[in-house]
Amino acid sequence: MNFWRRTLAIATKEVRQLRRDRFTAGMIVGLPVIQLMLFGYAINTDVRHLRAGVADEANTQLSRRLVDDAEASQVIDIVTRVDTPRALEELLRDGKIAVGIAIPRDFERRLALRDRAPAQLLIDGSDPAVSMAARGLANFPIAVRALSADPVSKSSFEPRAFYNPERRSAVQIVPALIGVILTMTMVLFTATAIVRERERGNLELLINTPVRTTELMLGKILPFVAIGMVQTTLILGIGRFVFDVPIVGNLFELYVAALVFVASALSLGLLFSTLVSTQMQAFQLTFMTFLPQILMSGFMFPFDGMPRPAQIFAEIMPLTHFVRLVRGLILRGASLADVKGELWPLMLFFAVTVTIAIKRFRKRLD
Amino acid sequence: MSTGLAIAARGLTRRFGANTAVDGLTLEIPRAQIYGFLGPNGSGKTTTIRMLCGLLAPSAGDALVLGLEVPREAAALRERIGYMTQKFSLYEDLSVEENLDFLAEVYALPRGEVKSRIAEVCEEYRLAKLRGRLAGTLSGGQKQRLALAGAVIHRPDLLFLDEPTSAVDPESRRDFWESLFRLVDGGTTILVSTHYMDEAERCHALAILDRGVLVAGGAPRALMDALAGYVVEIEGEQLRAGRAVIEALPFVVSVAQLGTRLRVLSDIPEPASAIQKALDAANVVARAHAASPSLEDVFVSATRGREVAA
Repeated sequence: MNFWRRTLAIATKEVRQLRRDRFTAGMIVGLPVIQLMLFGYAINTDVRHLRAGVADEANTQLSRRLVDDAEASQVIDIVTRVDTPRALEELLRDGKIAVGIAIPRDFERRLALRDRAPAQLLIDGSDPAVSMAARGLANFPIAVRALSADPVSKSSFEPRAFYNPERRSAVQIVPALIGVILTMTMVLFTATAIVRERERGNLELLINTPVRTTELMLGKILPFVAIGMVQTTLILGIGRFVFDVPIVGNLFELYVAALVFVASALSLGLLFSTLVSTQMQAFQLTFMTFLPQILMSGFMFPFDGMPRPAQIFAEIMPLTHFVRLVRGLILRGASLADVKGELWPLMLFFAVTVTIAIKRFRKRLD
Repeated sequence: MSTGLAIAARGLTRRFGANTAVDGLTLEIPRAQIYGFLGPNGSGKTTTIRMLCGLLAPSAGDALVLGLEVPREAAALRERIGYMTQKFSLYEDLSVEENLDFLAEVYALPRGEVKSRIAEVCEEYRLAKLRGRLAGTLSGGQKQRLALAGAVIHRPDLLFLDEPTSAVDPESRRDFWESLFRLVDGGTTILVSTHYMDEAERCHALAILDRGVLVAGGAPRALMDALAGYVVEIEGEQLRAGRAVIEALPFVVSVAQLGTRLRVLSDIPEPASAIQKALDAANVVARAHAASPSLEDVFVSATRGREVAA
């Protein structure tokens, strides 16, 4: 059929162009690998070894014990000791330390009276992860408990983390990273694809040939679907063998989910390419939507923590659904049927954007 | 296929808002001819071609192109026409062969024919040695040959060329026109838009467009002959003074300087003696004599000198 022949001709041409464009071709493999290495190693929500300073004005056996215990938790490394809390504040402000422990002269009396907190923890609140970890430190039942006649009762709950018992960040991040990397590459590649034809004048040639809009769009998308699958495989492989991410779920179902997600990302890119007139604008539009997706999809910050309007907005974004899908499929061993509630919004997103893209593209020819 | 009309348009009109780009154009273009659209930028050449290709719907009027009604039957028409854009529009990051292969597939040439047809056009347009070269690295003339090869790879009955030789040297231009005449011999009808007189002069027939209106039409020779007797050349020392005198004469349409001569177009026949009289009366030393009209004279006369070809 001529429909498929023309679609395939576009796809073949696209692949040939891509092969010549060494930079873009390199990005296809390089981008996931580099991002994965960076994010996998660097993003670590399990914060340890914060630089800390101590101002121990009491300097008793008990106060020294408190500091030792805090350091033994590995959350902080004592890098400096100063005389006054004021000096600690300065270090904190200059970014030399992230945590300061200030122990007042009347430390032991406060302990005995139990009317006020015996010591003060100064925390650099400008970094949310750091401040969270340091706050955890404040709840440590340290030295105080050991020496008190009336030990502070242990917490009534013993938390048990399912699916990621060691609470390793890589396990949380790598699966969702498939979505982030696919969003970045897929949207960007297609957003620039049609604009590039327009910018270079090729569209003037195409509109005089029998090529139809659907054929052009489909032919442009097809190679990237394959590329998306390659990237998915790459990330899964590195995740499994470098970061030791357990892949509990069915691999085939995972690829089905990735395919639907890739389609939705590509259709978004196509829509963008009908909205802009230069490749630069396509870049800008892509990054404008990329950042909110990363921040609001639940990839970095908990979805439940966002206010309601933000949640509604996030529900529109494909990445939100894919992050849930992929965490369910890879980590919780859910089946596609279990998480189909996240699959159909992606399909809907694809159908709507691709329809608008084709409609808009037709309009711009006249 | 060599008889009858390739294009028949009646009252073709296209408006963009308040502006009328093409106004009531009626054309009859016979098959197997090179037909030229001559006109300055903004005269409606491109809009007309776009309507005839079915890319743009006319606001009024209708056109039959290769017996198909546009824009209704544009899809069927597209398989039978070739289009060469003014600016090179093939893929610069594909090789000559890959570009031709792409077009052969897009036009759905019979599969067994793709290879032989590519070889054929490469031979015809001297691209055989360049097949592996990236299109972006070709010279202007080579690019033009590739563009033409691409536009005719599916053997179209009708070929549109939008200012085809604006980016090539005179040698390549000659060469290019030789190729066009060979295509016409094979039965192809060619429509060329141009604002170059030498290019227009090679066409079998011309339509001169001015602000969307057809102001003159016919074979270049016939158009020039019709103007015989209306063109005068002035030779002499004081051309600048002479020019002022001549421009003041009521029957003079335009005066243009060509090196050491002035070329005068009048709207009365045989004006040489009247001009000579005026020059003598003003004490300007110059001789006026009748000259044979050029296509530029035809163009200026047709557009009444209100606009100058770019």
